[in-house]
Amino acid sequence: MSTPLLEVRDLVKDYASARAVNGVSFRVPPGMCFGLLGPNGAGKTTTIEIMEGILPPTSGEVRYCGEPLGARFREEAGILFQKTALQDFLTVRQSIALFRGLYGRGLDVEEVIRTCALETLAGRDSRKLSGGQQQRLLLAIALVNDPAVLFLDEPTTGLDPQARRKFWELVESIKQRRKTIILTTHNMEEAELLCDEIVIMDHGRIIAQGPPRQLLAAHFAEVLLELPRQDFPESARALPLQLLETSERVEITTHDVEETLRTLLAHRVPLTHLRIRPPNLEDLFLELTGTELRP
Amino acid sequence: MIRRLLSVLHARNLEFLRDRGTLAWTLALPVTLVIGMGFVFGGPQRPLFKVGVLGPQLDAVAHPFLHERYVQFVAEPNAAQALHKVTHQDLDLLVDFNGSGGAARYWVNTDSPKGYIAEKLLLAAVPGARRESVRGAAVRYVDWLFPGILGMNMMFSCLFGVGYVVVRYRKSGFLKRLHATPLSAFEFLGAQVLSRLLLILFVTTVLYASIGAVIGFHSAGNVLLLALLAALGALSMIALGLTVAARFSSEELVGGLLNLLTWPMIMLSGVWFSLEGSPRWVQWVSHVFPLTHVLDAARAVMLDGAGLRQITPDLVYLAVTALAFLAFGAWSFRWRID
Repeated sequence: MSTPLLEVRDLVKDYASARAVNGVSFRVPPGMCFGLLGPNGAGKTTTIEIMEGILPPTSGEVRYCGEPLGARFREEAGILFQKTALQDFLTVRQSIALFRGLYGRGLDVEEVIRTCALETLAGRDSRKLSGGQQQRLLLAIALVNDPAVLFLDEPTTGLDPQARRKFWELVESIKQRRKTIILTTHNMEEAELLCDEIVIMDHGRIIAQGPPRQLLAAHFAEVLLELPRQDFPESARALPLQLLETSERVEITTHDVEETLRTLLAHRVPLTHLRIRPPNLEDLFLELTGTELRP
Repeated sequence: MIRRLLSVLHARNLEFLRDRGTLAWTLALPVTLVIGMGFVFGGPQRPLFKVGVLGPQLDAVAHPFLHERYVQFVAEPNAAQALHKVTHQDLDLLVDFNGSGGAARYWVNTDSPKGYIAEKLLLAAVPGARRESVRGAAVRYVDWLFPGILGMNMMFSCLFGVGYVVVRYRKSGFLKRLHATPLSAFEFLGAQVLSRLLLILFVTTVLYASIGAVIGFHSAGNVLLLALLAALGALSMIALGLTVAARFSSEELVGGLLNLLTWPMIMLSGVWFSLEGSPRWVQWVSHVFPLTHVLDAARAVMLDGAGLRQITPDLVYLAVTALAFLAFGAWSFRWRID
């Protein structure tokens, strides 16, 4: 592995009532989009905020370019928090200009506005933006210092599908500039689309790490058959099938699709709404934790 | 550092100027004060001079001088009390038409411009009148109150203007976002202090000029010295507001703490009335408050013409407390909700 841009070593964070992060270590090489996945309470936001230098760890350390986080890191990091309010009564352009003034180096304000497709909104009061527009403004602010590393903490939570797609396109364009991106997300589609490598966290620990395809290949040789729960009769639950039930559907994991289909037909299971698909990251999470991802 | 500080300063100024409600209140308050002052203390019907006449009632004294226009004559049965009023400019002149040997005599405060004119009027009407001089500071109540009004307005703007803004920034997460940049706590606080200081100096100047014009006030001392005093006083009180807002994230709590500071200052710093004659401990407590030093020094300059040397102790106190409060505020400052 090349010299890491960021290195997390034995990170521990204790709060009064619980240990949020419990011995987390990983390395992030330059130019990579690195995903932190996990359900609420898994410790990913605490981990990323320690990496951002916002929270102090109880023990362990984060190193940037081989050095502890310091002035250089603050100049070269761009951050998009889960929730950020901006100063009232400023336009989009003025909000970006405010943050541009806080850095010694960076991009021209108009260039950042163009990059984040904010040209038509530049003169608007930042409080009067939609959710997607607000996230694009916060991304613009995170990019204003032309960061070497960009932190995105659940950037598309709460956005409608169109706004989410537009945001992903922006992140893709940033990736193409070989920026290092640290992304936390609940959205497995987002992680599969954007991340070169992921760690899955639960209860403050890393439970899996690697490139998404490699992780899926390592954990799944099977395919998944999905049926609506109401189409799956009670009598079929006794069949020798590998089943996983969620609130809305039943998933059958199998190596032999033909044989499984014959078994289902023999027991008069309706297959009108059957869907066959390869496993995804959400399946991997369910496989590893037995827990359904919580939005 | 300067570039970062100026960026935050510029953004804060824009935010304030575009917050129409706050801006309107900031401008409406001086206007209301000016109108109120004009109503209470203005008016063309007021006599120009007030002359006391020793005696139980005016009817008992028949003298042509009592028919002078634009002079209000007041019967003064008690000589000692009447002299006290001359000393404190409650009367411009005191006349006794029944002095020893029947000759008229009068008392005038030689420091009083109006006493000087009233004396000329009297001598024109009673050429042989004998002068008995008294000395005292020329102080109208409105003149005495004027620095108090300015100081009180300054205090509210310093404490609440800064305290609430910082708490709001912290609660909304804006401070947390700033913390993720190279901006230091000292730079952020410096920008907040400068922004509020510029605003307060502007508003206080407008108030001083407009109310002063309405009530006919002219400072006896140097206005540049007053500006220095206003700047140091504002700095001290802004810094005090920052210490309160340094780490809390509840507007209710900070509002309560700020009220806890402002009300004693209003009552004990001499905004509305002098603390002369009050218990010693009250006077001691009052001198802990920056506003007391602002008002004491302002009255000394505005009413008595005091110079830099006379108000240096107050200026030093304000400068020291400003530095102490700023240092404590920066030390205890929290970017995010704990």
